[in-house]
Amino acid sequence: MEYTYYPGCSLEASAKGYDESFRFVFQALGLKLLELEDWNCCGATYYMATKETISLVISARNLALAEPYGHDLVCPCSSCYTILYKTNHILKNNRIMKAKVDQALKKDDLKYNLGIKVRHPLEVLVNDVGLETIVSKAKVSLAGMKIAQYYGCQIVRPDRGLDDKENPQMMDSLFAALGAENVYFPMKVRCCGGMLMTTYPDVALKLNKKILENAHQNGANLVLTTCPLCQINLEAYQDKINKKFKTELHLPILFFTQALGLALGGDPKELGIQRSLIPFRTKENLLEVTK
Amino acid sequence: MRARKQKAEAEGAYSQKEKELRNSLLLQVANIPGGESIKKCIQCGSCTGSCPVSYTMDITPREIIALFRARDIESILSSRTIWICASCYACTIRCPQGVQVTDILYALKRLAIEQKIFPKRFPVYSLSKSFVYLANRYGRSYEPGLIVAYFLKTNPFKLLGMIPLFLKLFFKGRIGILPKKIKGSKNFSKILQEAEIMEMVVPVVES
Repeated sequence: MEYTYYPGCSLEASAKGYDESFRFVFQALGLKLLELEDWNCCGATYYMATKETISLVISARNLALAEPYGHDLVCPCSSCYTILYKTNHILKNNRIMKAKVDQALKKDDLKYNLGIKVRHPLEVLVNDVGLETIVSKAKVSLAGMKIAQYYGCQIVRPDRGLDDKENPQMMDSLFAALGAENVYFPMKVRCCGGMLMTTYPDVALKLNKKILENAHQNGANLVLTTCPLCQINLEAYQDKINKKFKTELHLPILFFTQALGLALGGDPKELGIQRSLIPFRTKENLLEVTK
Repeated sequence: MRARKQKAEAEGAYSQKEKELRNSLLLQVANIPGGESIKKCIQCGSCTGSCPVSYTMDITPREIIALFRARDIESILSSRTIWICASCYACTIRCPQGVQVTDILYALKRLAIEQKIFPKRFPVYSLSKSFVYLANRYGRSYEPGLIVAYFLKTNPFKLLGMIPLFLKLFFKGRIGILPKKIKGSKNFSKILQEAEIMEMVVPVVES
């Protein structure tokens, strides 16, 4: 199976470990990845919130570039995934918008013929590869990991029919199959505040405190995420949360591909796990080698 | 009293300003797939109850739609609500009537920006503007540049407080030293210029 890879800006910087582990996991499972050449920023929610047409145009440039590759476009960043998916959806349903976007793309001799499917790697792994295949290729059991599976907002919302909107199960079933324990975690789809951490930090700190506390109280020793922004909000601001709310939170936050990479026999270093600000001690958590 | 009422009815009870705002908003809403469901709101409040940040809003999501019906778009545009929404879509998926609440809030944000109804040094708009500037110039976003540009525009002193986190991330190899630029950046600006024009184009609605 082959896929076109749209990294997005975060995966080149603050979420470098996501990029590294994502590539490792796909390679270990025998999936071919081709990075989209000369991709541009998707515009994120910032652009969508200010200039709609321009936002659609810059996202559509990526879709137009990806079309000749002839494969599904995989976007690990939840925000890129949502924006590119939404752009595709609007262009397919709104002829006027499509005409406007076509007009702008023409300036660079680009044309988008609505032939792309935008997908998230979590869903690709669960649906295209399947749990059985993943488990059969696993080299290390994840027993000892007590995981709070944090999906965040943009994977299951707005509704794309991929998973349950209120209580998604994709990550839970994947990691249960790999030997980890999923803790009870009702905050799994609660919003981390996203860019509110910069604009209204008081509001965002409170949201993150609730999520982390919920994971901690239910016995998690690790939180997994699918989104660069959730990861940095939950990880980098724990100090501030502890200071502000007098809590003693100290939870490592990893990308789901990093934990999956460990199960597939990856070295923590090649999975970018050493880039964490809150150390995750692999030896302590990985108890037995199954194969 | 009666004469005033009659006059208001004759004008459709919309002030000139309200009429303008209404038309712009409805045009934006028409672009949202499923946007017409705004008419079906039953005021149940599921949106407000689902919203993780409604506790800090001055007008709740349910009240937004009530005010829209009460012909008071101006109050909505000057509210804190449209800026505090983190676009998590919890309201949208729980709405029993399929109202696209998040996307409607996006439309309201754009309208407020268009009408310049927000305070100076306003955080959300400043962040958006910084982001848009970088994305236009390089074709890619650049996190350190975004944060620096944002705090310079809003509160330069807070920038100092960000330094420890920056250093930590830098030593973990999570911050690029220089922004990356896309290869086709010249053509990219051509696309953007044309998109800017297209943004202004108001389509003639087909009957």
